[in-house]
Amino acid sequence: MPSLGADMESGTVIEWLVKPGDRIGRGEPIALIDTDKAVIEVESFQSGVIEAVLVEAGSRVPVGTPLALIGDGRQAAPSVQEGPTPEPPSAETPEASAVETPALPVREKPTPEPPAAEAPEPPAAEVPAPETSAPPVPETPVPVMSVPETPAPPVPAPPVTSPLVRHLAEERHVDLAALHGTGPGGRITRSDVEHAGRPSRPKASPLARRLARDLGVDLADVPGTGRTGAIRADDVRRAASRTGEPARAVPEKSRAMPEKSAKAAPDRVAKGRARPEAARRQRAMRQAIARAMARSKREIPHYYLATTVDMSTALAWLRERNRDLPVARRLLPAALLLKASALAAREVPALNGFWIDDAFAPGRAVHLGVAVSLKGGGLIAPALHGAADLALDDLMAGLKDLVARSRAGRLRQAEMTEATITVTNLGDQGVQTVHGVIYPPQVALVGFGKIVDRPWAVDGLLGVRPLVEVTLAADHRATDGYTGSRFLSAVDRLLNHPEEL
Amino acid sequence: MTPQQARELITDALSQVAPDADIGALAPDADFRDVLELDSLDFLNFVETLSDASGYRIDEDDYPEFATVASGVEFLAKRV
Repeated sequence: MPSLGADMESGTVIEWLVKPGDRIGRGEPIALIDTDKAVIEVESFQSGVIEAVLVEAGSRVPVGTPLALIGDGRQAAPSVQEGPTPEPPSAETPEASAVETPALPVREKPTPEPPAAEAPEPPAAEVPAPETSAPPVPETPVPVMSVPETPAPPVPAPPVTSPLVRHLAEERHVDLAALHGTGPGGRITRSDVEHAGRPSRPKASPLARRLARDLGVDLADVPGTGRTGAIRADDVRRAASRTGEPARAVPEKSRAMPEKSAKAAPDRVAKGRARPEAARRQRAMRQAIARAMARSKREIPHYYLATTVDMSTALAWLRERNRDLPVARRLLPAALLLKASALAAREVPALNGFWIDDAFAPGRAVHLGVAVSLKGGGLIAPALHGAADLALDDLMAGLKDLVARSRAGRLRQAEMTEATITVTNLGDQGVQTVHGVIYPPQVALVGFGKIVDRPWAVDGLLGVRPLVEVTLAADHRATDGYTGSRFLSAVDRLLNHPEEL
Repeated sequence: MTPQQARELITDALSQVAPDADIGALAPDADFRDVLELDSLDFLNFVETLSDASGYRIDEDDYPEFATVASGVEFLAKRV
């Protein structure tokens, strides 16, 4: 479970986008994670083959918990969750397994000898790195499926399982031989055993369950198309549209609201559930903000600077430009403010980066965090990548996209973790000045108030100009006021030359 | 364009940018940016939607005309 921001302590796997056996590339999205603030697409940090999924969809786990095993698809899956591996991934092991079982990880081979529980190895590290220990096998076997024919299992034993799973099965009086394994190669997993004890609850993703409840669809009637026949959200939608009318409301969750008519029930259920869910999310969001902001104020010695920028040149330039453009490509003043901030951050790199382990680590590029207020309340500050290098048009398009996705709760992992400096723009609603709180581990936060017409002295005369108050909250551990003032001067200069933005 | 048509276009565009709000309950002379808490990006989306739907390019100079539903209706009905 990656940390998707300083305010995140745990996350819920909403849905897996991959299944064991899938070959994935580095940076490919593999799962949807709910962080309380948004649903984030989490990407794989390396290429390989998904050997096992360790955290089931719907589970909430602390940051740092391994979510899945990624191997090279050639050798035994190292075991993390389910106990000791039979042998350390030595140089010989993959060789041997490649000969005997070209396709299957060692432990899944139906062999009468269970992986010795007598000689347990310490559980593998959190991040398995099979590549390093495995010599390349000449022909890459196609993962899974092709069960070796030659060494037929001499004894009709149940598929090999880890000691932990066997132990669990004993405890719950589950007959392993009667179970259908859903792990890679038919291996019986812990969850197979857990589910075996229960009256058959259809496998379904949490989203599918929620939808089924809302749409009044009985999951037992829905054919699943997901991994191992699990029911996915789309299956529920299909089922709902097929029946045309809402079927029985699922009673287990609607008990609190006795139904009068089956037809009206799903609607009431949906509404009845929506409110506590919204309230819970709201609470979680506040708690996430509270954690980050309290940490910021506890750890970061802020200093604050402010300056007033005359926006008349910038706004006149913008007006001219927008006059010639299709409405869809119109620029907002916010685009200028963001671009000026990004360029100033590049000019004063000491404010662009992170304070980590008592030292400043500069950001590699300017990834501008943009504080977006959410309609239901709360705040999120995803990154606009490479903002200093974006043409104004692209920056504007990026901003629109980022705000829309923030409000829809659909952001990417990199957007949540890579901002190097954040801008808060209270914009046209309201106040003239905002003194921000730095989002750790960043070291600066830029604030823009509302652009307002105010008296302003120009060339010895008093005039009325559109002015904006620009503030900087900066980490005094990383920089001093002199650096901060250079930044604000740069913003001022840049906004007075909008054609260069 | 009749005032009725203009009103429909405006309320449609507003419900697109503020899907959770009850646009029907909006007073014709209320400052809807304020009431619906539209930021500049929302307002730009509104203008974009309305320009597309009405076929009339709403310029930035026209923005003050769209402070309230009533003034917007008047503006559109006169020009389209």
